[in-house]
Amino acid sequence: MKNFIKLFSILVLFFFTVTQSQSAEKVDYLKTDWSFKGLFGKFDRGSLQRGYQVYTEVCASCHSMKYLSYRNLGEKGGPEFSEAEVKAIAASFEVTDGPNADGEMFDRPAKLSDKFVMPYENVKAAQAANGGAYPPDMSVLVKARGGGVDYIYSLLQGYEDAPTGMTLDEGVHYNKYMYGNKIRMSAPLSDDLIEYGDGTKATVEQMSKDVTTFLMWAAEPHLESRHQMGFKAIVYLIILTILVYFSMKKIWSRVESEV
Amino acid sequence: MSDHEYTPTSKVGKWFNDRLPLLTLANHLTDYPTPKNLNYWWTFGGILTFCLITQIVTGLTLAMHYIAHADMAFESVEHIMRDVNYGWLIRYIHANGASMFFLAVYIHIFRSLFYGSYKSPREIIWIIGIIIYLLMMAAAFMGYVLPWGQMSFWGATVITNLFSAIPLVGEGIVTWLWGGYSVDNPTLTRFFTLHYLIPFLILGLVVLHIWALHVPGNNNPVGIDIKKPSKDTVPFHPYIVIKDGFALLMFMIVFAFFVFYSPNILGHADNYIEANPMVTPAHIVPEWYLLPFYAILRSVPDKLLGVVAMLSAILILAVLPWLDTSKIRSAVFRPLYKQFYWILVADVLILGYMGAMPAEGLYLLIARVATAYYFLHFLVILPVLGFKEKTLPVPLSITEPVLGGSPNLAMAKNKESIDK
Repeated sequence: MKNFIKLFSILVLFFFTVTQSQSAEKVDYLKTDWSFKGLFGKFDRGSLQRGYQVYTEVCASCHSMKYLSYRNLGEKGGPEFSEAEVKAIAASFEVTDGPNADGEMFDRPAKLSDKFVMPYENVKAAQAANGGAYPPDMSVLVKARGGGVDYIYSLLQGYEDAPTGMTLDEGVHYNKYMYGNKIRMSAPLSDDLIEYGDGTKATVEQMSKDVTTFLMWAAEPHLESRHQMGFKAIVYLIILTILVYFSMKKIWSRVESEV
Repeated sequence: MSDHEYTPTSKVGKWFNDRLPLLTLANHLTDYPTPKNLNYWWTFGGILTFCLITQIVTGLTLAMHYIAHADMAFESVEHIMRDVNYGWLIRYIHANGASMFFLAVYIHIFRSLFYGSYKSPREIIWIIGIIIYLLMMAAAFMGYVLPWGQMSFWGATVITNLFSAIPLVGEGIVTWLWGGYSVDNPTLTRFFTLHYLIPFLILGLVVLHIWALHVPGNNNPVGIDIKKPSKDTVPFHPYIVIKDGFALLMFMIVFAFFVFYSPNILGHADNYIEANPMVTPAHIVPEWYLLPFYAILRSVPDKLLGVVAMLSAILILAVLPWLDTSKIRSAVFRPLYKQFYWILVADVLILGYMGAMPAEGLYLLIARVATAYYFLHFLVILPVLGFKEKTLPVPLSITEPVLGGSPNLAMAKNKESIDK
């Protein structure tokens, strides 16, 4: 049994070392309470809906989100807009469809099944409009950055005047959380930039938190069901393990040996 | 194996078994006499079988939805994550399953090193195991390329470029591997094909691995030959089955924590950025389980010699049964070897850490020392130790030390260390 405890602690240690090593290399990011962390973590519905508003009114003018469809906005575990709301959101965008029976392309309002409309035709067009820098697609952005949500949240609030002695090129901004501190994107948020539908005060901090929550959901749309299933699976495994342990003890009691 | 002849009781069973002795095989597997003093380090064989089956089943499911094309691979993975029913679960099990597979195989290998399981008469089991390990690394590497993220692309570029170190034909081989002049769609499709093939090769080798094991039988913590069957053994079923099952469940709990609560922690964030041949990531790092070898590769200044060193580090294991000259198997009775064993474990962990760090300054220096020590352990320490080491007295049977029937003080002490 001693041997076994040693072994199990190695496995657990392995889990925690990797979990910790990930956070050890982090810079000191701004901290906030994320409702979606932890064993039962869930998204804050209001935050997701506000986050979508920030995305669509601010970010979406440059950043695409090509793996999301409008229908996702109404799905369980997401912002959970009502069906009517999602249809209205979709209809407010124009998409090019076709070719029709005459062989021509035509514009129509977007439907639930359409993917999020992209701000630019292609990467080159996006670069041309942004001084050569490509605003990255935001579908999995949170997972594509080392610091994850904390990094995005901090970056949005990390704009400062450049320290003396640092020269910035035209169109480059100083951000203390950006890798190398130089960023092409100008500070995207400012207090009261948008007006929240639910009356929440739109501070930079609030908007950063909401939009980051929204991006987390965009990258992990099944996070809530993952957490729910995970808890059930682990509880099930633990109970089964205990039962098997006692069966094992009983079976091995027939021989003179230890397990 | 042929200790007793098995005859099915039913007529149909006998008829079938005379033509294809599957029932004899099943009987052999359930009755298989196993040393009763096996500790939990021995449960990883079963755990590894579970890992392999899990990878194959989840992999088959993923392959039904994945598209092996440079323009669509990344998108198809997102499709799996978002729109395929429980696609996220299957993919996270598969991705983390690879890590769990390697975690288990490293414990399995180091168990073998500690208890001398590679020694006569088990050399063939050991060599098959090394081939399986090599194939696992190939499968894992190619699997990591399939999502076609930045690390996939650049990892593939770095690793395939290693072949260019071969004099004269190197460049030609690299072009041949790529199916073009850079890592591109032809590379992806062939990697997918091979990634699909290798697990089945591994499965075949696992059968040989177990077959070869069932000839001499399991080694055990005392490391002595035992009579089979005897009072030193228990039948595989139910004793070992339930013990392996118990250990497997514990393993699955850790596995589940990764899958459900930290599914991306073992991967690299850059792999969620679609592959872009025009942008090189700041640090190209392989998956954690390849890091020690990556450190060895980088610690040699010359490219060709670096590749040779890296390959030798793995292949040296294949000749280990002949490098280790000691007649005593278990480290329990080899006080010096036991210490060197733990130094080797530390050495490999250090190499792994250095593999994740940039190859410069102090990191590089430590990696070089650790690389040198790795080879020193196998090429110098082990052969010499067999002649120089003063080993402890080995008990005659498992039952003897376990039941405390030994009049000898040293043996009584051994009993304690075995019980631990």
